[in-house]
This record gives sequence, C-alpha cells and structure tokens, in this order.
Amino acid sequence: MIVRFTLNGRDVAIETTADRRVVDLLREDLGLTGAKECCGAGECGACTILVDGESRLSCLLLAAQLEGRDVLTAEGVAAGDRLHVVQQAFVDCGAVQCGFCSPGMVLATLDLLRRNPSPTREEARSALSGNLCRCGNYQKIVDAAVEAARRLNGGAG
Amino acid sequence: MEVFFPRTLAELWPLKAANPESAVMAGGTDLLVRLRKTGERPPAIIALERLAELRRMSIEGGGLRIGAAVTIGELAASEIVRDALPALWQAAAALGSPPVRHGATVGGNMCTASPAGDTLPPLYVYGAAVAVAGAAGCRRLPIGDFILGPGRTSLAPGEIVTDIIVPLPTGGAFSAYYKVGKRRAMAIAVASLAVCIVRTADGAAGKVRLAWGSVGPTVISLPAVEAFLAGKRLAPDVLRQAGAMAAAAVLPIDDVRASAGYRRSLAGNLLLKLAALGDDEQEDGR
Repeated sequence: MIVRFTLNGRDVAIETTADRRVVDLLREDLGLTGAKECCGAGECGACTILVDGESRLSCLLLAAQLEGRDVLTAEGVAAGDRLHVVQQAFVDCGAVQCGFCSPGMVLATLDLLRRNPSPTREEARSALSGNLCRCGNYQKIVDAAVEAARRLNGGAG
Repeated sequence: MEVFFPRTLAELWPLKAANPESAVMAGGTDLLVRLRKTGERPPAIIALERLAELRRMSIEGGGLRIGAAVTIGELAASEIVRDALPALWQAAAALGSPPVRHGATVGGNMCTASPAGDTLPPLYVYGAAVAVAGAAGCRRLPIGDFILGPGRTSLAPGEIVTDIIVPLPTGGAFSAYYKVGKRRAMAIAVASLAVCIVRTADGAAGKVRLAWGSVGPTVISLPAVEAFLAGKRLAPDVLRQAGAMAAAAVLPIDDVRASAGYRRSLAGNLLLKLAALGDDEQEDGR
C-alpha cells in the first residue's frame, strides 16, 4: 500500500506494507535514524516521535496508522542549521551524554512544553518518565527541559 | 497483514464478519507487544482509532460514558474525570508513561483484562458497566461480569466493547487509587487499591467500595471487608483489622515483581492510606 503523511513538514507518499512498524519505516526505508529502537516494547521511549503533535512510540505504531497524520522526528526539530530552543538547551545544560536517548528526550520535551509551557521540575520529571537514559543523566535532562521553557517564555538565553 | 480503519460501527461489522480471525487493535500498546513477543500473526488487524463513535466522552443520565477508544491520556487530561472520578483520574495518570498513555485506551485496558490493569480497580469501585456490541445488537453488563479471568472476558467472537459507563458518585464521596510499583512511572502495579467511600454526616464511613489490583486472577472485591468498614470511623485500629481480613482473603501469586507474601501484606496495609481521610479530604492517592 501507499501511505501518505507529512514528515518533518514535507508531504511523503511511500510504498510499504500496512503492518510495517513505523520505527522500521523511518529508519530503514526513509533513512531517518533519529528514532532509535531500544526495547521494542514501549518501555524505553528511545523511538519517540510526535504524531499530530503528540508523543508516540514508533515501535508500537504501524505504517498504515500514519495515513494523513503529521509526523515530526528528531531530524525535523531544528530549522536547517539552527537548533531549536529545546535542542540548544540540551546542549547548554550538558543534557546529552552518549546521546542515544536524546532524540526521544527532545521530542518528549516538545510534547511537554506544548501542554505545559512552564513546567516545574517535578512536572518535567513526570513528563519525561517514559524515556530512559542509560547514562543516568536525568538531572541535566530535567535542567534542560526547565531551561528550554524559561527561554521560550522570554527568559534570556 | 492488512490493517483496516473502519470509520463507523456500520463499516466495522462487515469487516469483522469477513475477517473472523482478525485482531482488534485500539491503541496497540498491549497487542503489538504481544504479537512481537509471541510471533503470532493474525491475518488482519482492525484498528479502532478512527472510529469516531468510540472516541467520545459524554455525561448521560448521572454517568460518564467513555468511548472504548478514548485514550488513557485523554482520561488523564479530562476535567470531568479529575473532578468527579478522582480514582480513575489517578489511575490514568499512573498508567505507563506519557507516550504509552497517548496510545493506550480504556477499552484496551478492559479487554486485556490484566489483574494489574490500572483503570480496572477504579471502574470496579464506581460500579462501571461495559457496553458491548456486535452485528446483532448491544448488551450492557457490570464490569465484574465482563472480566472473567486474566486475559479472559465475556466478549463473544464478533463483538467489541463500545463504551464504559461510569456512574458518578454522589457529592461528598471520597475516592482514590493507590498503586505500589517498582518505580513511579512505567511500572506494572505490584498491588493496587481503589476506594470509593460515601461518608455519613458524623464523618464515619457510610457506603464503602474497595477493589484490589494485582493480588488475584482478576480485580478482587471483598464485600466482607466493605461491610466491616461501613458505619465505622476509619481509625488506624479499625483499618488494621480490615487490612488483616483483606490480607487473608486476597489470592496473590509470586512473580518477577514481588512475592505473594509481600502482595498480601500490601493488600492489607494499603487500607491504612485511609487513616488520613479524616485529616485531609484532598489526599490524592500518591
């Protein structure tokens, strides 16, 4: 079947099987390796993408489910070479250690800030609780989420 | 494998009839994990996510009607659920993680029928009914009759759950969901307890409904414990006696998350959470 959706702002039509996992469609067929497969069972958040602005697990989505949807992956977050405020906050706060969880963490942070533009640390921890960081860099990741909110709300940065 | 996206129930029934071996998928957070783990490959999947009739929430005759394909995230974001059904709201907020909740549905949690399903104990204490439909018509049954055992429901081939109907408790009722897991997020309950208590004018417990998760093959209700607490002030010694009754009556198993003995202790001790009830009406269950 041909699945049509918007991917990082561009219209995509791709021949695939209806039950192909979205993480495979993105990584193998579309060459976008930002979404990582780690647990393959919805436990770790490494494969997080945004579908119609909402964080979803691409290992638990089938290609056919994307029909007509608006998909954002880590590759679509920056505007060209200019990092998104959330990405810049991750860099500035040292929130990236090995980097494997970072695409999912950034997208989960975008989902959080859309719902709650001024999260407390506790709210940020809760919102990012589906994303595991095996480096254990959670403090700085939460720093980055809160800092990104501060900058987006007009704080200097 | 084909994946179908019926838009209406009228479109769904012929698809079900033509694909009797198909799997029905709501959010897919249980189904897709299971298919991958077992290697099962149903000939087709019928996805309910675009079926508008199953995605509505509405107040109807003193109850909240929740479409089966309403997501757990939508429940957790609903002011009606938060204000009128706090135990269900707390359970929704404690289920999985945000991206899981954006897919997972209340109907899926019901049909997976895990004794650890977070929304189930609250639905038991609120006296929820399950609306089931098939090509031939609809029926409505109490949640306790719908869920038969771990992973087993009374859903007949060709039927789906369309709605969960939750009676709204009377004003002044206290309800809450207490969950013990290995961590605060993304944890399957080791044991859980939902309570709904209508208090009398003098502050004693009037009507008491209790339901435990993860301490038996299904959610466990213990009418004897409810009857013991009814009419009493929920002082610690009363709750300890009730807890001993509950610990003796639940039917837990040993598994990778906890021993049966620990679960038994938890089932009793979770009742002690209610000791705070007189002091703080806003106690939020966590």
